[in-house]
Amino acid sequence: MTFESFCNVTLSLLEAFKENIVIFAVTLLAALPLGLVMTFGSMSNFKPLRWLVRTFVWVIRGTPLMLQLFIFMYCPGLLFGYTYPDTLLGIPIDPRMNAALIAFIINYAAYFSEIYRGGIESISKGQYEAGQVLGMTKSQIFFKVVLMQVVKRIVPPMGNEIITLIKDTSLARVIAVSEIMMTSYEYAAEGIIWPLFYTGVFFLLFCGLLTILLNYVEKKLDYYH
Amino acid sequence: MSVLEVEGIKKSFGSVEVLKGIDFSLEKGEVLAIIGSSGSGKTTLLRCLNFLEKPDQGRIAVDGQVLLDSNDPATMKEKDIRTKRLHFGLVFQSFNLFPQYTVIKNITLAQELLAKEQDDYKTNKKKILEEIQDYSMSILERVGLTEKAKAYPCQLSGGQQQRVAIARALALKPEILCFDEPTSALDPELTGEVLKVIRGLKSSDSTMIVVTHEIEFAKNVADKVIYMADGVIEEMGTPQQVIDNPQSEKAKAFLSNLFKQ
Repeated sequence: MTFESFCNVTLSLLEAFKENIVIFAVTLLAALPLGLVMTFGSMSNFKPLRWLVRTFVWVIRGTPLMLQLFIFMYCPGLLFGYTYPDTLLGIPIDPRMNAALIAFIINYAAYFSEIYRGGIESISKGQYEAGQVLGMTKSQIFFKVVLMQVVKRIVPPMGNEIITLIKDTSLARVIAVSEIMMTSYEYAAEGIIWPLFYTGVFFLLFCGLLTILLNYVEKKLDYYH
Repeated sequence: MSVLEVEGIKKSFGSVEVLKGIDFSLEKGEVLAIIGSSGSGKTTLLRCLNFLEKPDQGRIAVDGQVLLDSNDPATMKEKDIRTKRLHFGLVFQSFNLFPQYTVIKNITLAQELLAKEQDDYKTNKKKILEEIQDYSMSILERVGLTEKAKAYPCQLSGGQQQRVAIARALALKPEILCFDEPTSALDPELTGEVLKVIRGLKSSDSTMIVVTHEIEFAKNVADKVIYMADGVIEEMGTPQQVIDNPQSEKAKAFLSNLFKQ
């Protein structure tokens, strides 16, 4: 291994890791709010809706993400003859990336929704009642009283899930998204095996950053109990 | 005219009848103490007054305005409950302050949200918010916690937290302020400061209902005492009548037990 080949591999893996980060960032941005919407569904007083959302969450959490990637990759074409676009909001995009993003967003929204639900159900009835006797509306109680307390409580489990997400992004290789594991495997196929293990460094560094960030958020919210 | 009229309030949870027909009335500025053992329905009665529970039967009127009448479906609508609640304030046994807000924000929050419903809110926003702030500081002064305005609830003692909760309820100027065992969650040495604040409110002619186990307090502060047992009012009258000379066997047993302790 020469220094030059090390640099070349690093650069090409870094290039591929961008794909992982795109999946990570887009999934977070979309799944955090979508998960909250699903929470409202799974906690709804309207039984059919609650039943529907809870069944959906059961299916998504009860099947492998890898399988979901295959389904979102191949089923639209096989069942409806639909092909994913190659641009999204004007930006060129690998059609396979569409499938990956949809699978990740839905999968993670399901997990997030359960974390939200746990957080919301952990807030004492007294907080709602205090809001009620002060003449607040239901939505005021949720957004002004309950939500911030939920946020504080769900930071640790959310952090866990977020750290899992960055590592899960490598699963996108099963539908040939050219993310970092796929790229390193291409080296291995040519007989250069060390880049395969070298990928761990990228994930480790990224998770290190995330951990620092999450600790910071936890500390920021430490001013009340 | 009575400020509060309560007639025939009944409430069941499943097959358990917790309130079996409660009638009483209060004059403006009166302090009513409700005593009785756990499970007698005291707290449920307060919760019915604050519309946290919906009575199965009965009638509640404040200043002659009927807020709830089980014979008149128009008064039982879910959507009007929020505004009806504002006639009453409630101080909880467990304070229920909002932990993420400072003391002063706990007091201003509900006022600010209500102010948004005013027609002139957009044009006078700054002035309205300033008034709320100043007014809330004056309320905080009444419970003697001005210097804690910027503190968070978790930085306060239980007694201080309950005083903030009283200020928070008081700030909305309810016609009737209710206390649900306001000192039961406090260490004995902290009950005094809270009772003192409540006593102080009496002179400013707030109408109050206090569910309490503090018999001495009830005796000294209340104008009227109700002893409840098994969902009915067993005795009602002045503190001298109910506490010093109870007539019913239940009341006698309850009070002699209390005084033994």
